Amino acid sequence: MSRRAAFRAGLVLLVPLLLFVLLAYGIPFFGVVEWSVTEPTFGFTQYVRLTQDPLVLSVFVRTFRICAVVTVCAVVGAYAIAYLWVRGTPLQRNIAEFCILVPFWISVLTRAFGWLALLSSRGLINTWLQSIGFVSEPLTLVRNEFGVIVGMTHFLLPYAVFPIASAMRNLDDRVLMAARGLGARRSRVFWTVFVPMTASGVLGAALIVFVFALGFFVTPAILGGGRSVMIAELVYLRMFQSIDWGLGAAMSVALLLIVGLLAALMFRFLKPAGLVR
Amino acid sequence: MIGYRPGPVAILAAILVAVFLLMPLLAVVPVSFTPARFLSMPAGELSLRHYRELFDNPAWGSGLLLSLRIGLVSSAIATTLAVMFGLGIWMLRPAFAGLLVGFVLLPMVVPPVVSAMTLYFLLTGLSKMNDLVGYDTWLGVALAHVVMIVPFAVVLILVALSQVDRRIDLAARGLGASVAQRAFKVILPNIKFGIVTAALLSFVLSWEEIGVTLFVTSVNAITLPRLMWMGLRDNIDPAIAAISVLLILLTVALLLVRLVVRRLIARRA
Repeated sequence: MSRRAAFRAGLVLLVPLLLFVLLAYGIPFFGVVEWSVTEPTFGFTQYVRLTQDPLVLSVFVRTFRICAVVTVCAVVGAYAIAYLWVRGTPLQRNIAEFCILVPFWISVLTRAFGWLALLSSRGLINTWLQSIGFVSEPLTLVRNEFGVIVGMTHFLLPYAVFPIASAMRNLDDRVLMAARGLGARRSRVFWTVFVPMTASGVLGAALIVFVFALGFFVTPAILGGGRSVMIAELVYLRMFQSIDWGLGAAMSVALLLIVGLLAALMFRFLKPAGLVR
Repeated sequence: MIGYRPGPVAILAAILVAVFLLMPLLAVVPVSFTPARFLSMPAGELSLRHYRELFDNPAWGSGLLLSLRIGLVSSAIATTLAVMFGLGIWMLRPAFAGLLVGFVLLPMVVPPVVSAMTLYFLLTGLSKMNDLVGYDTWLGVALAHVVMIVPFAVVLILVALSQVDRRIDLAARGLGASVAQRAFKVILPNIKFGIVTAALLSFVLSWEEIGVTLFVTSVNAITLPRLMWMGLRDNIDPAIAAISVLLILLTVALLLVRLVVRRLIARRA
């Protein structure tokens, strides 16, 4: 193939998508940046507001708190089920895969609704607790931070399973047998050999879950009921309820910077962990 | 794998997680049969009124058709763009391939709410220029969905291409095949399963997309997820339970079909 033919083929094949993403995504993003410094007046007032407005600050703090708790819960849960998915008997593996994939493929709205059906005041859990006389008044399990954490953990857990499971699959079986052969008990093998050797998968899972959780707003909006607002939901509210485009745009830019920074930092720490393995 | 299976504690932990994962999906079923007009457990008699509501209220039918149309169009466009791009990367191995791929994957990595803002800016801008593709039109939503789903299609196509043996392409080249012949007669037939998977995933992602859709629609382009969102916010409409049950059944059925097909392929091989 001549050089010119290759060049022409490359143009025909590569350019459409690159141009599409540039025009429909890359350039419009700078429009959002422009909003953040021109709405309503030119200048960095919106960014100053980000650091001083007590409402915005409290939302940032709450977002980080919720994301941290969700990350821990999702990674621990994912580890437990990934362990069975990778190392169980064939039957256990099939069941685990079913339990991971079914929620994964079901829409975020259906899953959030499922938690409403379970946790709301006339939902399954409260109806049951009242019928056995355990509580007289329904418990407030949803439309608060607890509901948000439960719903987000449920949404993000399958995403955490995949990196953890792939780390578990890559682990050499002979290492485990060697540990057993040297007389370590089952639990000792698990905690001193298996867990440390899959740590890179856990870190990767934690990064994915945390970053996803930061920018997520559908589940918090439904299960938080406006009482436990997170950054992304605040962007939505500022855009469509208070028509405060400047602040919405500034928060988006700030969120993107935070996520980018976190990803860069984590990659620096992840690389050595990958080398050790 | 000999001798090293999960012990009873590990199995118990996994069961707890499995229950946690499936519980909310199962809880939807009894709620969908409640005779009441609000979210509640049915006490005594069961009712199908919320399933009837899905048929009687034309909003559900039109939302479903709109989602179907947007899903088919955006999946077709995204898959085509992704296949072309993947072929270009694979055949030409351009300099900075990693950078180019990273660029088109951006919408997948950037927080959804930032993408939503960006696409809101794009579509409100387009609305000032034309009536067809813009804010709150179905083609506008389809355009926004293509941006959001194309990275997933690209990943699947690149994975499929990475399994193709480069020597068959070299052989075709040596025998004098043109670029088009190599693409259509050699490479594409080898990644047809990857292309089908990419199209399917793109469709599903568009079908259930809500984050961006919320930002770029208001009253005209009401997709199925958008309709569900409206029923979930303030007074929860139990019709959401009925549609949820149907969607869960559909998902389970598709996963079972996938499992059976995989078994059949494995047996034939």
